Amino acid sequence: MKKDEALAHYRAMLLIRRFEERCAQLYVQGKIGGFLHLYIGQEAVAVGAMGLLRPDDYFVTSYRDHGYALARGTDPRPLMAELCGKIGGISRGKGGSMHFYDVPSGNFGGDGIVAGHLPIAAGMGYSIRIRETDQVVVCFFGDGAVNEGAFHEALNVSALWGLPVVFVIENNRYGMGTSISRASSVKDLYQRGSAYGIPRQDVDGMDLLAVREALGEAIERARKDKQPTLLEAETYRYRGHSMSDPGKYRTKDEIEEMMSHDPVRLFAKHLRKKHRVAATHLEAMDKDVLAQVEDAVKYAEQSPWPAPETLYEDVYVRSPFINARAADRDPAWRAARSEDRVPQEFPVPDDAKVGS
Amino acid sequence: MAVITMRDALNQAMREEMRRDPSVFLIGEEVGQYQGPYKVTQGLIQEFGEWRVRDTPIAEEAIAGVAVGAAFVGMRPIAEMMTFNFSLLALDQIVNHAAKYRYMSGGQVRCPMVLRGPSGAAAQVAAQHSQAFESWFTHVPGLVVAMPSTPSDAKGLLKASIRDDNPVIFMENEVLYNLKGEVRDEEYTIPLGLGDVKREGKDVTIVAWSRSVQRALEAADLLAAEGVEAEIVDPRTLRPLDEDVIFDSVRKTNRCVVVEEGWRYAGFGAEVADRVQRGCFDDLDAPILRITAADVPMPYSKKLEKAYLPQPKQIIDAVNQVLYR
Ligand SMILES: Cc1ncc(C[n+]2csc(CCOP(=O)(O)OP(=O)(O)O)c2C)c(N)n1
Ligand SMILES: [Mg+2]
Repeated sequence: MKKDEALAHYRAMLLIRRFEERCAQLYVQGKIGGFLHLYIGQEAVAVGAMGLLRPDDYFVTSYRDHGYALARGTDPRPLMAELCGKIGGISRGKGGSMHFYDVPSGNFGGDGIVAGHLPIAAGMGYSIRIRETDQVVVCFFGDGAVNEGAFHEALNVSALWGLPVVFVIENNRYGMGTSISRASSVKDLYQRGSAYGIPRQDVDGMDLLAVREALGEAIERARKDKQPTLLEAETYRYRGHSMSDPGKYRTKDEIEEMMSHDPVRLFAKHLRKKHRVAATHLEAMDKDVLAQVEDAVKYAEQSPWPAPETLYEDVYVRSPFINARAADRDPAWRAARSEDRVPQEFPVPDDAKVGS
Repeated sequence: MAVITMRDALNQAMREEMRRDPSVFLIGEEVGQYQGPYKVTQGLIQEFGEWRVRDTPIAEEAIAGVAVGAAFVGMRPIAEMMTFNFSLLALDQIVNHAAKYRYMSGGQVRCPMVLRGPSGAAAQVAAQHSQAFESWFTHVPGLVVAMPSTPSDAKGLLKASIRDDNPVIFMENEVLYNLKGEVRDEEYTIPLGLGDVKREGKDVTIVAWSRSVQRALEAADLLAAEGVEAEIVDPRTLRPLDEDVIFDSVRKTNRCVVVEEGWRYAGFGAEVADRVQRGCFDDLDAPILRITAADVPMPYSKKLEKAYLPQPKQIIDAVNQVLYR
């Protein structure tokens, strides 16, 4: 990695860290509701992956999904607005924390059903094979997902048909309060790949460079050889499962041990040693990132609430093959439009642009 | 006009759409080399090859999920369920993914797929292989649900379902696969959400879909011999529902009987009855009656199976009741 690229990666990790910390505050203040799953501690995985994807590649994620969108370069402002349930949100206030999508950047997002998006990743891979392009799909999920039937079905068909999908287990050691030792018969989760005869690898998920190397190989294999890979990134979530979880099932020693391998600090060390980046430079970057997050909060606060009429929008696609006279008695059909929305067209309150 | 079976009508619909649009593909158990568990997909793999006619392992969630994922990025998959009984293993993909991603993404995603296969009672295959699931799928906003009763409707509705940009649950019926009927020679589609009067009559409206239309027609013939003219209205699509064709008929006959093959409890017929009583309250001369399957799992024995399913005799009794005869 060149210096500029390395700095951009660092900034992306820092942005996720600061964004998530701010989310936690907003949740406590009651500005963010529902389930809020923070990505703090796992930044190196999303950032390492996104640095390798081409603009036309696809990815799908679980509900712990803020980091991927930020790492992919999605504007933090509509993301924060989504968390606050505003119309300027990336999903117009209909998805919330678990459902970030940004289709123009290949982000088919946030799935709330554990392992529910794995067969979907296979389907995207299948479309790539039919169209004979060299795109790839990266599918991120937690250690808990490997025990679902959908994991097995998706990996089997991906291996069987040669689908260009990289399956990334983010093993943060727990699915809610259940440790992998109490959930999986096999402790090395990547070895599950042997059941499908596919390449598999374990990688230190706290080390951005290691993630990049392993993922880089897997992505190339998908692109060139049309072969799926099962990667296990060993990582850790510093916070509880969601904001309502104090995480009492983990020992203080374990948490401290993992936090001593902090991915952001680890990469800062690398920047200073390898690229001779001054500490003051990194501090200035942190200030800049904090300002960017504040700007996103401001945008979110200024974005209006969704109007009640929007309730019925975005259920159906208006189509000439539906008898509109009958269908339009239903408000969801009446509100249906024929085009898809793109985040760029979502309403932007004018004065929120300040400082961006 | 050619007279063909429902099976061939469905086959033609898929073949024509696959020729017309390279983004249409078919995926399911035994759809290719085996030529379809019920031979509905006969000959398609020979014409389109294995990538567009994909034989799968026995993995319903993968079949549906692959279709959903491919649809999200612009393909038009047709996912076949060997029968809808097994769609329960794919329900998460349909209900939580196909039907919801557009909404959850604020309108960024669409899911132009068809999930098709036989639903409803077959012949003596007992409780796990003989179930009517329309009430389950019609309950879900974001889905379209079509249930044709004739070869002509099957062809036109399937072609529309493939071209439509929403996820369509397309429920066929195994017993109807051999039903013959006239099908137009020229290219056509039938809009989803457009009902059809299958028999005209002035005395009573019978609302029925899929195989129940056959039972209603049988009952209507017997009633005609007694001088009662029943009008049979087939909505053809249950979501969205064509209220106009039902209301117009009830406003003429002032009486309504709804026939379905599903269970009575929270069955789709209750939705029809609710709409008719609100839309035609002043026109009704009798309570709306519902004929349904018995509220038990489907039994195996021929005798019990007959007792379980709605029979023309029950329809006749209900008609006599609403006519106060
Ligand atoms: C199918 C399903 N079952 C249960 C849940 C409730 N649930 C949400 S997250 C979660 C834990 C998942 O853990 P893991 O896959 O390790 O991901 P992590 O939260 O650690 O990122 C559970 C049980 C769900 N969302 N979906
Ligand atoms: Mg976990």
